[in-house]
Amino acid sequence: MDLIANHITHRFGDLAVLDDISFTVGAGEVVAIVGPSGCGKSTLLSILGGLMQPTSGAPELRGAPPADSLNPLTFVFQDFALLPWATVEENVEFPLLHTQLSATQRRALVDDALRRTGLTDFRATYPKQLSGGMRQRVGISRALAVKPAILLMDEPLSALDSQTRELLMEDFVRLLADGGMGAVYVTHNLEEAARLADRIVVLSRRPGRIREVVTVPMTRAARGEAAAREKLLSLQNQIWSLIRNEAIDAEREVQHA
Amino acid sequence: MLDRSSVPETLAKDEATRRVRFRGAGFVPASSRFGGWIALALVIAIWQAAGSAGLVNPLFLPAPSAIARAIYELAMSGALWQHLSASLLRIGVGWLLGTAAGVAVGFAIGLSRLARSVGITFISALFPIPKIALLPLLILWLGIGEEPKIATIALGVFFSTAISVYSGVDAVPRNLIRMAQSFNVPFTTIVRKVIWPGALPAILAGFRITASVALLLVVSAEMIGAQYGIGAFVLQAGNLMQTDQLLAGVVILSVFGLAVGKVIGWLETRLLHWR
Repeated sequence: MDLIANHITHRFGDLAVLDDISFTVGAGEVVAIVGPSGCGKSTLLSILGGLMQPTSGAPELRGAPPADSLNPLTFVFQDFALLPWATVEENVEFPLLHTQLSATQRRALVDDALRRTGLTDFRATYPKQLSGGMRQRVGISRALAVKPAILLMDEPLSALDSQTRELLMEDFVRLLADGGMGAVYVTHNLEEAARLADRIVVLSRRPGRIREVVTVPMTRAARGEAAAREKLLSLQNQIWSLIRNEAIDAEREVQHA
Repeated sequence: MLDRSSVPETLAKDEATRRVRFRGAGFVPASSRFGGWIALALVIAIWQAAGSAGLVNPLFLPAPSAIARAIYELAMSGALWQHLSASLLRIGVGWLLGTAAGVAVGFAIGLSRLARSVGITFISALFPIPKIALLPLLILWLGIGEEPKIATIALGVFFSTAISVYSGVDAVPRNLIRMAQSFNVPFTTIVRKVIWPGALPAILAGFRITASVALLLVVSAEMIGAQYGIGAFVLQAGNLMQTDQLLAGVVILSVFGLAVGKVIGWLETRLLHWR
């Protein structure tokens, strides 16, 4: 199943946020979206996932989702969006409650998702008892439970400390390694984008337009090797040179707001 | 290889040191378990001592022992239960009716644009009216039985409940609702599994307020038009200058208020354990 951004334009009143954004996320592909602050990255992701209606254009799907997928387009949120009154297990089960699945089937999906994210021993824990990294693992586990075709990740690591980010990035690389699941990964961190994405969509300052689509010239598996680090760094510098001046302007705009 | 710091780990012996002053004290009020009870016992003891020593005229302020005796006699004669049951019935029915309507209207205002536009206008206009002022009108409409008293309590409870419920619904984090929508969770499940538990802290806080409102209104309503009930009893005792009986009624009201507070506290502990 492909996810297509088809000439998406969006305005908040008089404020133009996105201007004619078009690209395709193929099955199993990971596309990162980067750009200066306020360029509309998160708005674009909300539109792609059907949580916001664009002013014009539309997000579209091509092809059938995997037969076992319960929610083909599934978000992983920056702020985790966990139900504080529910345990880890109940949070992961939450998106399954309204499905036709039996309790046994739901239990099997929850067990599998918790196992894949290393949360089996924390199933009875409440979110407030977990660290930020563990909470995001619950968010990922909840997303995995519905067997998504494409994960929509909105700066999933930005609220976390650097060590936790590194550990979760390794988890993302592992989860997306087999190509069974694609992703749109919104981030302001170019290192994360270069590490995880097959292609990087670089947006301009508001209104966000596509400045360039950069293809990462190596497989995700190869990026862990020492020889690849220099290439990835060079790629990050290349992208940074594309957005640097606009990022400075965006920062000044925030300061003067 | 790592560079190691050349800074010595110990200070020169002749170098004077001073401890950094602790500045983080206070602003963490914690109540002691028995402090409040001890203070209450102390006040009662002083009151009793003043009464026993004849420092206070018992007609104006009877000693605690006289009030306790009055309560005991009321209980033994069966009058206590007669008055208390009448008040409890009015509070119970009025509070339940007002709460049920308030929760329904509060949720409607919290969830529907139409209900919000209409509901908030009416609530803003009617909430400030002292509900006891409507009792004569309610007597006119509903007769002189239990109905107008129950309706007065229900009205008082309704507005406070509706306001606390829609405020609670408004306070539910939007990101949780968006999360549920992103998983295609149906509206009713979002209300049941996200909005209801999210609004519950505000709803239970509202219950504390409405319990006090109900108590206030039942006493006021019984003072205006009732033969039985704690409010009627207190009024009769006042008219007859039976201050020990009057204060017995006040103590019973206070105990009832405390009991309701304990029940709501227990509910909060049970239902909001995740906080």
